[in-house]
Amino acid sequence: MSYIEITGLAFTYEDLVMRFDLAVEQGAVMAIIGPSGAGKSTLLALIGGFETALGGAVVIDGVDVTDLPPAERPVTTLFQDHNLFAHLSVAQNVGLGLHPGLRLTAADRAAVARALDQVGLTGYEDRLPGQLSGGERQRVAIARCILRKRPVLMLDEAFAALGPALRREMLSLVLDLKTRENLTILMVTHDPADAAFAADRTAFIAAGQVVTSGATDDVLASRHPVIRDYLGT
Amino acid sequence: MAGRRQSVGASPLVLLGLGLAAALGGAAALIFALLLTAGGGGAPPQWDYLGRVLGFTFYQALLSMLLALLGAVPMTRALARRSDFPGRLLLVRLCALPLVMPTIVGIFGVVAVYGGSGYLAAVAEAIGAEWRPQLYGLGGILIAHVFFNLPLAVRLLLPAYAAIPAESWRLATQLGMKDRDVFRIIEIPLLRQQLPGIALIVFMLCFTTFAIALTLGGGPRATTLEVAIYQALRFDFDLRLGAALALLQAVCCAGGAWAVWRLGRDMVLGQSLQITVRRYDGKGAAARALDLAVLALGALFLVVPLIALVLNGLLGLPSAASPESLLRAAAISLALGLGGGLVATSIGYSLAQARQHANARGWRRRAIWLGLTGRLGLFVSPMVIGTGIFLAASGRVDLYRHAAAGVITLSAIMALPFVLSVLEPAVAAAAERHDKLCAALGIKGWHRFLEIDWPTLRRPIATALALASVIAMGDLGAIALFGHQDMINLTLLLYGQLGAYRLDGAASTALILLLLALGFYWVIERVVGGRELH
Repeated sequence: MSYIEITGLAFTYEDLVMRFDLAVEQGAVMAIIGPSGAGKSTLLALIGGFETALGGAVVIDGVDVTDLPPAERPVTTLFQDHNLFAHLSVAQNVGLGLHPGLRLTAADRAAVARALDQVGLTGYEDRLPGQLSGGERQRVAIARCILRKRPVLMLDEAFAALGPALRREMLSLVLDLKTRENLTILMVTHDPADAAFAADRTAFIAAGQVVTSGATDDVLASRHPVIRDYLGT
Repeated sequence: MAGRRQSVGASPLVLLGLGLAAALGGAAALIFALLLTAGGGGAPPQWDYLGRVLGFTFYQALLSMLLALLGAVPMTRALARRSDFPGRLLLVRLCALPLVMPTIVGIFGVVAVYGGSGYLAAVAEAIGAEWRPQLYGLGGILIAHVFFNLPLAVRLLLPAYAAIPAESWRLATQLGMKDRDVFRIIEIPLLRQQLPGIALIVFMLCFTTFAIALTLGGGPRATTLEVAIYQALRFDFDLRLGAALALLQAVCCAGGAWAVWRLGRDMVLGQSLQITVRRYDGKGAAARALDLAVLALGALFLVVPLIALVLNGLLGLPSAASPESLLRAAAISLALGLGGGLVATSIGYSLAQARQHANARGWRRRAIWLGLTGRLGLFVSPMVIGTGIFLAASGRVDLYRHAAAGVITLSAIMALPFVLSVLEPAVAAAAERHDKLCAALGIKGWHRFLEIDWPTLRRPIATALALASVIAMGDLGAIALFGHQDMINLTLLLYGQLGAYRLDGAASTALILLLLALGFYWVIERVVGGRELH
């Protein structure tokens, strides 16, 4: 049995009827690619618990989490925008990962400082998100992910708004984190180059179905017509 | 080439807008100068009277504002948190009703519920209580103000809740925030940011209140500045006292305008009130019960006066005024309303275009001034302008003969802020979409209006016209100041009936006025707005 087992996970959005089956091994970095509107982000929302599945199951590390509220699942999601509350300081935004009501002890504050240190934002505690660049804001969000200590990290086009070089830099940061904390990563992206750079596994999704999943090189080289159409090669 | 140079400069519409803004500003300055010479010089009249009136005006506005917000905040929270209960859309629409309902009609609804022979008194009698509601005086003014301003505050606050991104709610649930954490970490900062502006608008509306204080205020102890000016002008014929009061009112209003400017917020209506994002909080039994109670109480507070209005109106039909006088009053109401609406919408459209033009060129100061001039009506009360017109006309112009023009002008200025709150965002959005393309293709002037702007803006223009016409039609201040026995519209007729305690006849007039206003709004929006695009 795989680390993450998704079986018959069903959802409907407007006219699109979705049904996902997917298996991910522990420690894998899996890219999820496919045309827009195929259901990539919906799949992450279902795993994260933000949407309620109409049927099927999500099992992580042998535990059925299908009916658990988002906070009790062993996953944490990084969104493309609005990962931070604009009116809270960097330290407070990170601290939310330790206590959702922001009742932080001195030890907690030290942990926040260490997490900021790990993402290269030493001394940024008192700044507001509005004073940071897009890349720095995502680093703050990653610092919070570190403190939440969830074994599965999901990136929902988290770096799509950044330029190519910065995107690589952020992906490298996430890969370091993965090695250090032994994470399993699911990342939705619309750039096959990101998948080739960061992910050892790739799942291709079209029209609410997982068309194929496997080693990234194999998926990107697949002769499947839907994949060829999408990649334009 | 002349044509090319013109496309760089301002269009005739923008120039018209600038001219109108200058005229409005000039008129405001002129009125102020007239008031200063007539009311400011020499020994001040009746200082203690002025002080008492000012004190009561301030006190009732403050209490009204606090009570309205006290109700509006929990109600908005509940509406934002529960996005899919049956009747939600109806309740949100109901919150827009006080905006188009003539004030005097709403007052009648309040009287029918809380008055000496209203529903509340009937309930008190039925359960054998000694207590009877005392509507006239401070209590009545507060109830009526809350009835009108609680829904307005909900309409102003709800878009702020709707603008919270979906990710914030996902983040909150992912982090495991409890309801109280959501309130502390998401809602309190939002309220701290939004409430000062909304509070100020509600306070200003209650400070410059006229119809409510006139009909529900109890004698000299419960008189507001606006009513005192009216009485000085129309009953005591004391232009000097009127001018002194108007000067006081103008100074207070200017203070309010300055505060609104400092807060830097526009009043924006017609934004999205639909909550489409999914919420994960408030799922516990206590939160559900709280929201249910808040929504039920709020709905009751808004709906019962409406039901009373309809029932009493139907029951009162036998003692209604004669069909001829009703028909005549209705015709005058419609004519004055449409006149005021057309004037307000035309001015508003050119002001909005001029402001957009200034914004697009980065002339911030000019844009702010244009926005502020159009909102004069929020700050310079009808009675202040009316006093100015009386002073300017005194001995020169026969106001009796030009009463219609006076009413239309005054009600148009009052409706202008609401027109702008609808038109400005729409004009800005249309410019954002089309400006570059039109410049590239050389579409400008009249062609641009006909081919590009009218098709995209006709719906907001129709909404603005409908709103302004209904506001102008229901306005009591202008018609009370300038109206006379040959120019009695439904509002004035209703006011007369209320004053003479002919409550049955008043009930039927109120119902007719309400139906006429709603029908008028509906027809204008359909006819001018056309069918839905796309």
